[in-house]
Amino acid sequence: MTKVVEGKDIKRDYHVGGGLFRGARTVHAVKGVSFSVEKGKTLAIVGESGCGKSTLARIITLIDPATSGELFIDGNKVDIARGGLTREMRRKVQIVFQNPYGSLNPRQKIGDVLGEPLLINTDKPAEERRDLAMKMLKKVGLGPEHYNRYPHMFSGGQRQRIAIARALMLNPSLLVLDEPVSALDLSVQAQVLNLLADLQDEFQLTYVFISHDLSVVRYIADDVMVMYFGEAVEYGSRDEVFSNPKHSYTKTLFAATPRADGASIKARLAKKAAA
Amino acid sequence: MALLDIQNLVVEFQTASGSFRAVDGVSLHVDEREVLAIVGESGSGKSVSMLAVMGLLPWTAKVTADRMSFGGRDLLKLGPAERRKIVGKDMSMIFQEPMASLNPCFTVGFQIEEVLRFHMGMDKTQRRARAIELLKQVGIPEPAERLNSFPHQMSGGQCQRVMIAIAIACNPKLLIADEPTTALDVTIQKQILDLLVSLQAKYGMGLIMITHNMGVVAETADRVIVQYKGRKMEEADVLSLFESPKSNYTRALLSALPDNAVGNRLPTVSDMLFEPAPQDVSTTGASA
Repeated sequence: MTKVVEGKDIKRDYHVGGGLFRGARTVHAVKGVSFSVEKGKTLAIVGESGCGKSTLARIITLIDPATSGELFIDGNKVDIARGGLTREMRRKVQIVFQNPYGSLNPRQKIGDVLGEPLLINTDKPAEERRDLAMKMLKKVGLGPEHYNRYPHMFSGGQRQRIAIARALMLNPSLLVLDEPVSALDLSVQAQVLNLLADLQDEFQLTYVFISHDLSVVRYIADDVMVMYFGEAVEYGSRDEVFSNPKHSYTKTLFAATPRADGASIKARLAKKAAA
Repeated sequence: MALLDIQNLVVEFQTASGSFRAVDGVSLHVDEREVLAIVGESGSGKSVSMLAVMGLLPWTAKVTADRMSFGGRDLLKLGPAERRKIVGKDMSMIFQEPMASLNPCFTVGFQIEEVLRFHMGMDKTQRRARAIELLKQVGIPEPAERLNSFPHQMSGGQCQRVMIAIAIACNPKLLIADEPTTALDVTIQKQILDLLVSLQAKYGMGLIMITHNMGVVAETADRVIVQYKGRKMEEADVLSLFESPKSNYTRALLSALPDNAVGNRLPTVSDMLFEPAPQDVSTTGASA
């Protein structure tokens, strides 16, 4: 199998500038993380807020450069701090952000939202851009009648579909999903997860899926990486991590996940009655 | 006697295209020391019905009910001034986004003490002492120093703790928590839920949990109401809801949980049709 993305010992430091009374500090957001994802597979990155998972997502998406370490995309080494970023590279990796209410420009029609990546990165004429946008709308479960509407006319789940459609316009090989369903309702979440699974089958997409919801991760992931304070404390196949968590933080995470089966409700009610 | 008793609550909003019915004939009651969960997706009217109880809806909303009483008092007949004496004191609410619902211009301490000043008439030293005690109760370290922090200096979980401190400041009889953990991580979510449940047990409050997360319901509730499009679909105690849901909608919601996934696609709510409207019957075929 070909590795679509591979990271070796990726580190990212942020320098916090000092003031009159405070010296400058360095925050180690990501401390040497290594991973690789094969074509058509899903790597889930789990961790609490502030553990560096979004920073890692930005490095993989080629938004921010890594401080040190090597990043390979489709086997080619990429270093945007030195080599800059070509249109070709930009087309290979796309991202879907967490909040579908914040990630769409309220003054841009949906058609323009979808056409924009093509306008910037390709030389396709307007006619073709329009056709491609129409086709993509259908793929994500919307219709051509939505082409001329504005983001405020859509619900959260529909907006997330639009964000996914926008990310797919350039036929990327890697899609980074930064908590794509955590802002959505249970029923809408199921629809978006199904859509992601359908698209993965159709285009052989590779996903890096960032989440803090373990039940979603268990459902969608092939491999799981648990991050804690910038380090990957656990990395392995889904079944390995879920059946035999090694690090204490992973165990805490599992314990914190609410359980919705009859047995655990009975146990809770019994405990409450006894108290 | 029920602490909060609502019969046939209807909330309508005047919109450009005529009136819109957000809540359509919901009846519910909460007893003392009881945890009631209201579940539903966004737009199901679960927050609006509770805002109507609190009297926090804008004037464009038309609230009607056969009965709406709290601790024996009729909320429909109360004037604004009298209602303000109850809201925030005997009946208080925690909102969804802790970062957005605290005032960024004032310190946390000021915002906690404001409640105590209005409702309890405490003097300055009493207020400060009570605020420190409250922060300690909700598990914020170094409470005396934290009183001088502004909301932006705290994390999301800490802000939610401050919101809870404000809500329980006057020992309310009823606490309404509107999606208290939606914006938070699982580990923080667990802490906040444990905190709410322990406070509820300690002070014997009635607690209404509004949520769309079935996991949260399973972890906290005694009794559950499932709402859909402004209507009550089902009411049951928590165990029978999860083990033998009666309405199709509840069944659909439960099967959309990723935990219950069978095969490699999740069933969605729209796959299972319930109560098809008369004009849709031809297109829907057999409902689940």
